[in-house]
Amino acid sequence: MDIQVQNLTKKYGRQKAVDQLSFDVRTGEILGFLGPNGAGKTTTMKMITCFLAPSDGDVSVGGFSILKDQQKIKRSIGYLPEHNPLYLDMAVIDYLRFSGAIQGVKKSQLGDRIKEMIRVCGLNKEKHKKIGELSKGFRQRVGLAQALIHDPEVLILDEPTTGLDPNQIVEIRELIKHIGSQKTVILSTHILPEVEATCDRIIIINNGKIVAEGTPENLRKEASGTEISHVRIEDGERDAVFQRLQELETVAMVDLLPNGAFSIESQLEQTSRRDIFRLCVENGWVLTEMTPVERDLEDVFRNVTIEN
Amino acid sequence: MGSIITIARRELSTFYDSMIAYMLLGGFLALCGFFTWLYGGFFGRDVFFSGQASIAPFFGAAVVLLWIFIAALSMKLFAEETKTGTLELLLTKPVTDWQVVMGKFLACVSLIFVALLCSLPYYFTVAWLGPVDHGAVWCGYLGLLLVGSTYAAIGIMCSSLTDNQIVAFLLTIIVGIIFLFIFSLLSAYTSGMAAKLFDYLSILTHYSSIARGVVDSKDIIYFLSIIGFCLMSTVTVLSRRKIAD
Repeated sequence: MDIQVQNLTKKYGRQKAVDQLSFDVRTGEILGFLGPNGAGKTTTMKMITCFLAPSDGDVSVGGFSILKDQQKIKRSIGYLPEHNPLYLDMAVIDYLRFSGAIQGVKKSQLGDRIKEMIRVCGLNKEKHKKIGELSKGFRQRVGLAQALIHDPEVLILDEPTTGLDPNQIVEIRELIKHIGSQKTVILSTHILPEVEATCDRIIIINNGKIVAEGTPENLRKEASGTEISHVRIEDGERDAVFQRLQELETVAMVDLLPNGAFSIESQLEQTSRRDIFRLCVENGWVLTEMTPVERDLEDVFRNVTIEN
Repeated sequence: MGSIITIARRELSTFYDSMIAYMLLGGFLALCGFFTWLYGGFFGRDVFFSGQASIAPFFGAAVVLLWIFIAALSMKLFAEETKTGTLELLLTKPVTDWQVVMGKFLACVSLIFVALLCSLPYYFTVAWLGPVDHGAVWCGYLGLLLVGSTYAAIGIMCSSLTDNQIVAFLLTIIVGIIFLFIFSLLSAYTSGMAAKLFDYLSILTHYSSIARGVVDSKDIIYFLSIIGFCLMSTVTVLSRRKIAD
């Protein structure tokens, strides 16, 4: 089931939380929705799930509009809201039964679906406990289980791994990846390694607008642009080395790092590493370190979301 | 209809799981019994001191006690769900706002129904002691069910206005005071049209006319219209989130 977001806008008073947002998500795709706090991620998700009405624009989920066919859309969406709200005084199994019934799962299938969810989400030992007695990690699994109980075609997860320990994060990510291969998933987060690990495509939004879009690899490439290496050269006089490095044709800029190494930025779309090696050989210097500096998504994120 | 029942059943199971239901039922029955048998002077004539088999004190006490118990019962229905965020999750399920409100209302009404059922032994024992106007008693029960449902609708509306349960409780109590006592007082101190109006607005006017055994469509319409108004207001409050400004 594809999702098309068209010129989606939400105003709170005079402030625009979401501003003319447009993007598509295809079946079998996991879309990472990134942005600083208050960028409009949650508001966008609340509109897709028909909780909030947009001030302008429309979202179509599998051909149905959120303005007209809310009940049909709600049937095909599984939603895990931010902070994972649950009825703490209910037992896990009772809560799943309630969620299934209200999602319209047929009575004859409900028992099997509950068993399936308990198995998939690893809740077997906890199924008779009250949700309030569970740890945060298990609550998160219950949240996922209720979102998946009716085998929805669209899955919307608002910060699904907040507050989990590293092991749980890995487990939940694996689960999402596994499920996401056949469904349409939108996942919001501000944890960057998370999107790299789980998402096929990333949208970064800031102030309600898209500021960057693409696969994790593309975005990283875009961010790096020029090649940067950290280089340590010994047995040569520092000023002379600096001078000669600067004179290399493929080198754009040389910087002296506080620890005595050089940071060398190559010319656009060129590599200077072979030239640096040859220079050292010619002059009898010893190259003791050459580390390529990887730019990561964090740089992209910072570049596009920090103003000025 | 299925969704309404699913929601109502969840609410009821919460009532029973968390002891709220038992405390309220127990408290309601104990206090009603106290006023019926021992201290009825406050609401009429009790059985022991007057030496008469009369169930009037029960109906006098129940209408006030129900008001306090229902306020305690309904205060959490929306306030708590708004605060914890479960309301958002519930409203993104394939249910309409109406179904959510009706489900919660139905849960309240069924608990009131159970409370009234549990009080039937009082009626039977009084009837065993002496002659009782059975028709009037059944009408009284109908009146209590209507009044209870009205309190529940008021309580649900107050609960939807805030995310603080205590505020919801106090609001319900205040609205109850107005409908139970203030309107009667005002009608006593005014005259002409104003007195008639306040008298019409008072819950006690309609309740006592039903409890006397006169089931008039006018009284039933009064209760149903308050219930309708409160539930509609609740739906409106819920749909506030959808207002595009």
